Amino acid sequence: MGRVLLLILFVAPLAAILLSLGFRRARVAEYATVAAGVIDLIVSVPLLLRSLSGTLIFGNDYIKLDALAAWVILCISIVYALSSIYAVGYMRLLNEEERLPLFYALFSGFAFTMLAACVMNNAGVFWIAIELTTLISTFLVGFEREAESTEAAWKYIVVVSGGISLALLGTVLFYWGSSFVLGPSYAMTWIALHASAPKVYPPLLLVSFLLVLVGYGTKAGLAPMHTWLPDAHSESPAPVSAMLSGALLNASMLGIARFLGVVSGTSITRFAHSAVVGFGIFSFVLAALFIVRQTGIKRLMAYSSVEHIGVQALGLGFGGPLGVAGALFHMLNHSLNKSLMFFGAGNAMRAYGTKEISRIRRVLKTFPVSGVLWLLGALGIAGAPPFALFLSEFTILRAGIGGRYRWVAIVFIVFLIVVFIGFLAHFRSMYFDEAPEGEVSRLSGVVWRTLPMWLAFLPLLLLGLWWPHGLWDVFAKIYSDVMGGIQ
Amino acid sequence: MFLAHINPLQASIFSSLAIVSLLLTFVMLGSHWLRNYVYAFAAQSWLIAALSASVGYFSGYKELYAIAVLTALFRGLVLPWLLMRIVGRLNVKREIHAVLQPSSSLVIGAFAVMFAFVISNHMNGQQQSAAHVVVLALTIMLSMKFLGFLMLAVRDEAVSQILALLVLENGIFLGSQILVPGMPLLIEIVILFDLLIVVACFGMLVRFLVVHAGTTSSRELNRLVG
Repeated sequence: MGRVLLLILFVAPLAAILLSLGFRRARVAEYATVAAGVIDLIVSVPLLLRSLSGTLIFGNDYIKLDALAAWVILCISIVYALSSIYAVGYMRLLNEEERLPLFYALFSGFAFTMLAACVMNNAGVFWIAIELTTLISTFLVGFEREAESTEAAWKYIVVVSGGISLALLGTVLFYWGSSFVLGPSYAMTWIALHASAPKVYPPLLLVSFLLVLVGYGTKAGLAPMHTWLPDAHSESPAPVSAMLSGALLNASMLGIARFLGVVSGTSITRFAHSAVVGFGIFSFVLAALFIVRQTGIKRLMAYSSVEHIGVQALGLGFGGPLGVAGALFHMLNHSLNKSLMFFGAGNAMRAYGTKEISRIRRVLKTFPVSGVLWLLGALGIAGAPPFALFLSEFTILRAGIGGRYRWVAIVFIVFLIVVFIGFLAHFRSMYFDEAPEGEVSRLSGVVWRTLPMWLAFLPLLLLGLWWPHGLWDVFAKIYSDVMGGIQ
Repeated sequence: MFLAHINPLQASIFSSLAIVSLLLTFVMLGSHWLRNYVYAFAAQSWLIAALSASVGYFSGYKELYAIAVLTALFRGLVLPWLLMRIVGRLNVKREIHAVLQPSSSLVIGAFAVMFAFVISNHMNGQQQSAAHVVVLALTIMLSMKFLGFLMLAVRDEAVSQILALLVLENGIFLGSQILVPGMPLLIEIVILFDLLIVVACFGMLVRFLVVHAGTTSSRELNRLVG
């Protein structure tokens, strides 16, 4: 059962790639990608349920589906499905008909590599999967072929490849350290690394962990390694921005979570958690300051991604069942909410023909329905109740305030207020300031562009009002699996 | 552990190959000419291939011969050839606006190596005769990281940046041959292929850069800030 589901999960995007490249027709590619996204979303739910009843390991120990993998797969599939629907409406506006099949093939390929990374049971192969996501998404970032998007693609691949090579070094050092315990040749599974970690010479373990944290942290967009992120997220087409922000960051956070699990129960556990908290709070504060003074609409969203990845890192770093649950719940909510925000930003950008916040005015007149959704989404992402991000941030705060990171939690609260004010001030001026004279173009494809916004908004509202008890079980299972149960 | 039973001859072969590779990184760091970078990189790759072969010979891991052949082929021939093609097409022969003069970057590089040595010395938990090879391998691994990042920081040309990234990976490759010769073959082969894809991607991107941004110098890439 689990194998079949997993097979469907991976065959669907592959089929979409083949159909896109085989037929070379824009319409075929669009619908194939939407179908693949929806199939993946449908499959990911039973996959999560299956993972709760026990971890699946197969493929010579190379593939492992545990609750954490299934959870991240769910988050990625949601973003894949939503943004492939949105892409149908959005990409038609770019007048690039003949390049669309290539776009959709890359798009599905990007989703495929991210999903593949989640189920890798070998730290080395996980690294390769993450590296492949970079290579494929570079061309998506540079898809619009303007000077800015080419610049963003270049910065993206250089910074991320440099960062991720640190993770490779860390991985090799982990292998070396454990080879004193497990012998010179062994399969580098997460469990093997975890089992041998307590016997590894602590300074070596520490350096290995830090290298891996900085490496995958670069990919996840933790400050100060986030420099590629605002450029890549702001210059790529809106559906790609949503994928980069809502899905890719999760796949990289998965790596950090796995390695935190590897070193749990060793003498460096406390230090490792503090390092993650340090990167988290630094990202959060830095992003908050950049949000306040931002002038570009998509860069605003990009810095908000840095902020939220910081929040997730805080949750993981605070640790404990509460912190991990908060971080994982935040992952889901951020995937939903940030997709919604990038879709709204894409609409506004196309209609007003600019990325400048100062030239986007009276959004509600242009977008009576999706404008309301976008505004409510902005409230949600700034952390206001009754939306789901409020609950997850509150959970993380509870995890932090009781433990030894009390002061970090207090800084977190202060800058949450800064973000709230800064983020919503931009939206106030976009919605309610006087409009300068100017043409606003009417966009086609309203249904394609508005439907995914509804699909992102409704669960956000629902999860904000009601936290299903089943989710706690998922989080508790992940916590016991990854952060300590397997010791 | 293979390193635990290392004899002085083996130790000196490994050490000298590793040290010459490090010196070649300094050649790259100290030169203005793009062609020289590529030659130094190719030579370094051949040394790494020789190292793989000799580790394979002494340790008995036969698959390292395959790695050696692949390394020589990909990193020693195909990658330099691809890079030379990019250099030839771009019509850029040397770094024009280096942020730092080669002499000062050499000095900074030397400090980076010392720093790498200090860290490596702390990371080594062994007291055997193998300890000095281990520390040397760790030092070279880390210092090639630092030097690679230094090159990324002070060089503007697209080709130099690609080469700097390759140096980052060469360091890992070199160190891992000595420290973990038993690491599964699959991973190493995939990483080699992965590199080939990386360079292919970079080649296409460089073309994009010329056509759409009008430059291959990252100094001119200054539209996206804040």
